[in-house]
Amino acid sequence: MYNQENCRFAKTHEWAFVEGDVAVVGISDHAQEEISDIVFVDLPKVGRTVKVGENCCVIESVKSASEIYAPVSGEIVAVNEALAADPALVNREPHAGGWLLKIKMTHPEDFNALLDFEGYKATLQK
Amino acid sequence: MQEILIKNELSIEKSRPGRRGVRYAKAQKKASDYLPAGYLRQENPRLPELSEFDTVRHFTRLSQQNYCLDGQFYPLGSCTMKYNPKAYDTLSVLEPFAKAHPFAPESAVQGTLEILYNLQELLKKITGLAAFTLQPAAGAHGELTGILTARAYHDAHNGANRTEVIVPDTAHGTNPATANMAGYTVVNIKSAPNGCVDKEALKAALTDKTAVVMLTVPNTVGLFETDIREIAEMVHKVGALLYMDGANFNALIGLAKPADFGVDIMHLNLHKTFGAPHGGGGPGSGPVGAAEHVAPYLPQPLVTFENGHYTLAQRPESMGKMKAFYGNIAVCIRGYCYLRQFDATTLKEIAENAILNANYVRARLKGKFNAFFDRNCMHECVLTIDPHSMNGVHTSDIAKRLLDYGFYAPTIYFPLIVPEAIMVEPTETESKEMLDAFISAMERIYEEVCTDAQVVKEAPHTQPVRRIDEVSAARQPNLRW
Amino acid sequence: MFTPTTQKDKEEMLQKIGVSSIEELLQQIPSQFLYPTLDLPHALTEAELTAHIHELAAKNKPLKNFIGAGMYEHFIPAAVPALSSRGEFLTAYTPYQAEASQGTLQTIYEFQSCVCALMNMDVATASHYDGATAMTEAVLAAARITGRKEVIVSTLLHPHYKEVLTTYTRHAGLTITEAKVQTNATLAIKELQAQLSDKTACFVLPTPNFLGNLEDAQAVSEVVHAAGALLVAVVNPISLGVVQTPGEYNADFAVCEGQPLGNPISFGGPGLGIMAAKKAYVRQLPGRIVGIAKDHDAKRAFVLTLQAREQHIRREKASSNICSNEALCALNAVIYLTLLGPQGLREVAELNLERAHQLADLINAIPGFKAGTGAPFFNEFLVSCPMTAKEVIEKMAERGIAAGHDLGNTCTAMKNCLLVCATELRTESELKAYADALRGI
Repeated sequence: MYNQENCRFAKTHEWAFVEGDVAVVGISDHAQEEISDIVFVDLPKVGRTVKVGENCCVIESVKSASEIYAPVSGEIVAVNEALAADPALVNREPHAGGWLLKIKMTHPEDFNALLDFEGYKATLQK
Repeated sequence: MQEILIKNELSIEKSRPGRRGVRYAKAQKKASDYLPAGYLRQENPRLPELSEFDTVRHFTRLSQQNYCLDGQFYPLGSCTMKYNPKAYDTLSVLEPFAKAHPFAPESAVQGTLEILYNLQELLKKITGLAAFTLQPAAGAHGELTGILTARAYHDAHNGANRTEVIVPDTAHGTNPATANMAGYTVVNIKSAPNGCVDKEALKAALTDKTAVVMLTVPNTVGLFETDIREIAEMVHKVGALLYMDGANFNALIGLAKPADFGVDIMHLNLHKTFGAPHGGGGPGSGPVGAAEHVAPYLPQPLVTFENGHYTLAQRPESMGKMKAFYGNIAVCIRGYCYLRQFDATTLKEIAENAILNANYVRARLKGKFNAFFDRNCMHECVLTIDPHSMNGVHTSDIAKRLLDYGFYAPTIYFPLIVPEAIMVEPTETESKEMLDAFISAMERIYEEVCTDAQVVKEAPHTQPVRRIDEVSAARQPNLRW
Repeated sequence: MFTPTTQKDKEEMLQKIGVSSIEELLQQIPSQFLYPTLDLPHALTEAELTAHIHELAAKNKPLKNFIGAGMYEHFIPAAVPALSSRGEFLTAYTPYQAEASQGTLQTIYEFQSCVCALMNMDVATASHYDGATAMTEAVLAAARITGRKEVIVSTLLHPHYKEVLTTYTRHAGLTITEAKVQTNATLAIKELQAQLSDKTACFVLPTPNFLGNLEDAQAVSEVVHAAGALLVAVVNPISLGVVQTPGEYNADFAVCEGQPLGNPISFGGPGLGIMAAKKAYVRQLPGRIVGIAKDHDAKRAFVLTLQAREQHIRREKASSNICSNEALCALNAVIYLTLLGPQGLREVAELNLERAHQLADLINAIPGFKAGTGAPFFNEFLVSCPMTAKEVIEKMAERGIAAGHDLGNTCTAMKNCLLVCATELRTESELKAYADALRGI
């Protein structure tokens, strides 16, 4: 489960935490607030492999389309099916029920290269 | 009382079984006498059943729920909502034009072809370019035509390795979308602090991979690219072509010819500059012109005049075809009418007055709504506000409040580089009195922002509907009955 | 005269701006470009212009029209132009400010609904430039959806549609191949089946095809879907009054040229591109879409929706660059369909079917001429002539008749073939006059 200790962040506002060799990925509270009312989450197909930094998902509001980049490399093994019916879950629970996808990591060191919470917070203040 | 009489119903909700608006002669046989059973439609479509009168009432009532240029000032930046003479409404649909078939023998459609040929010639004269195609059906369609024409040019000149199109960050969204559709990689460049192209950024982006540089002139912040000639030379030096988005040509008509700037390809919007109304979103027409060296690659056919006969000429080097048949002809006839009603002197006055009006609005609103670039503008001015100093009022609130004052809203949140942008293009056909009224409304809204911001934030209050929840519309789309 | 600004206005305005002349405002344009010589004809007054345009119109010869080939002459009820030419529709812009554009928005919603009903499809867009570009955009969407790069089209797709598809997709990394035809000028479905593979993004099925024949769409649909490809149907909207609909044969996309629905031919433009699709593909659709929403008081309202697909938001990543479309032509179409209703649409379709078959029978009675190929057709059919089609067309034109489309223009092997169309507008006596003239040449 997400908590500030086990979670790492990308500068592009994705978070991830690890369960075994799988990274659970979502977007930060700051990001969901910036995007505002989310109307649709275009999730990738399960089975697709992604490289770190690759666009793997698009989040739409009425006035914007924001690309989400994979914080780690690997194979997408699950996506959050609940978002199809209720995309606002990302707004309400960005760190819990609003997770986006799970990536089975091929390069676990990717995760360690991400920012910790304080580091991420510092990028926001800039 | 009014509520009871005028219900906001869909045509299908007004439908009553058995009613109808048109009657046809009865066929002697049934469809099944001509077609095999498996080829037949099983159920009638769920279309409304209305009398002719029901239909007339229905659509008349709907028309009354619209702002329109005939009724209201429409200061939509970058859209050139100017008055178009009513004569063209009838002249463009005269029966011999309306019934002309694109596959009729050429001898039977000489009148239509003559107009198209003459329009091509007139557009050549006012732009200085060597050839024009009338095929594109809209501005964005013209852009794609232009970029694919450029691509055909490069393919014929060992330029297949050119894979990039440079687009400034002030461009209309159609520019990058067009370049992408043409299979190019988009290279975005930032604008300089004065609102024009950052020449250093352009220089850094230009390489032997550059196919085209797309520039809107005047640009989308309403400024002329003063160094256009130098930019053209930079572009040509690396073997690329300069594309001019002519969406804002109303500011230049009669004042300057794009060919003189070094433009290789450009499109014009007949539905902005040349006498055609917008029709609620089309049909438009986006003729594309090209300089001599690029002209052979334009779409086919073009209309030519040989031995006293107008003809649709095929072109061996052409990039192909952008739509079935030859273009939005009825819109082209309007364009021709427009260019016959004005000569060099009156065209120049049109551009001058468009520029005068925009600068007048800019100058009068200064202090309350400031221009993002504080300098003289061309045909439109881009204003900006700071919600922090406006009691949290945003540009979208001001736009909605203007509707209450009887004005359509300016273009808002564009260009993207201007925060809280309000883009006003008054056009030359509005009188000083109308501009003064608009300025008064803006001033009054400014006062409201200071004294009663809520009334602005909840606007509009006088329209057929109040502010609309776009979020739930997008979450649970209802797109049909 | 066109600009209302008086000299006095101008002086006051310049003063407020703080400049002494218009030239001062124009300083951003380098003087070398300013005020070029324009060799334009003298300006006409409205009266002169009217006379001039009428003169040009008179140079078009009125021929009794038997040409279709993508643009069809149908009866347009007077209420259609009377309503659509109202300034409130004609001079409005794209309905970006929804509250002040409910009229236009509701007409688009009703248009989308009528298109869905007509085609038996789930969703439809607000319109495209014409049938050819709508088809092309559907093909591009199919390639995005399937992630496949090969497109197969019927050989009997309208030649202009093929050209547009090729022009648009030349640089999109798609390959386009054609599916073969049988001797009766319909699709060879067995051969198509062999051609389809797990690389095929979609098959483009025109029905009626370019030679007027209806295809066995159900059978085509089955083989296309068996290969995991999508089916893009290109139809004639009037035919759908009687002919099986794209939804009934499970098409994924259905497109057509909507001109027959209340719009004049106008030398081929403006046309009206209609696109409908299965619901699952709604976010891959290009262009504008209107949806129902609620306003602040929970009252029904209409609004442009799903805009995050579009170029003004997604720029180079948009599903298309389309912006202006053919709203006014779509308005004509929805008024037309509202006037006709289900009954009127059926009647007009039946009448087209009947007139075309009557004319084919009359032509078949003329020695040397053969109408039709034995396949079912709607309002258009192939005629083989004992001379070149060009010659037939010239001789018939002398008799005031536009005899049909010369198929030799598309394919030299068909230089003796004519594509002939009879809509509900051609009366029985006109059909007879056509046959008499043909017999006489």
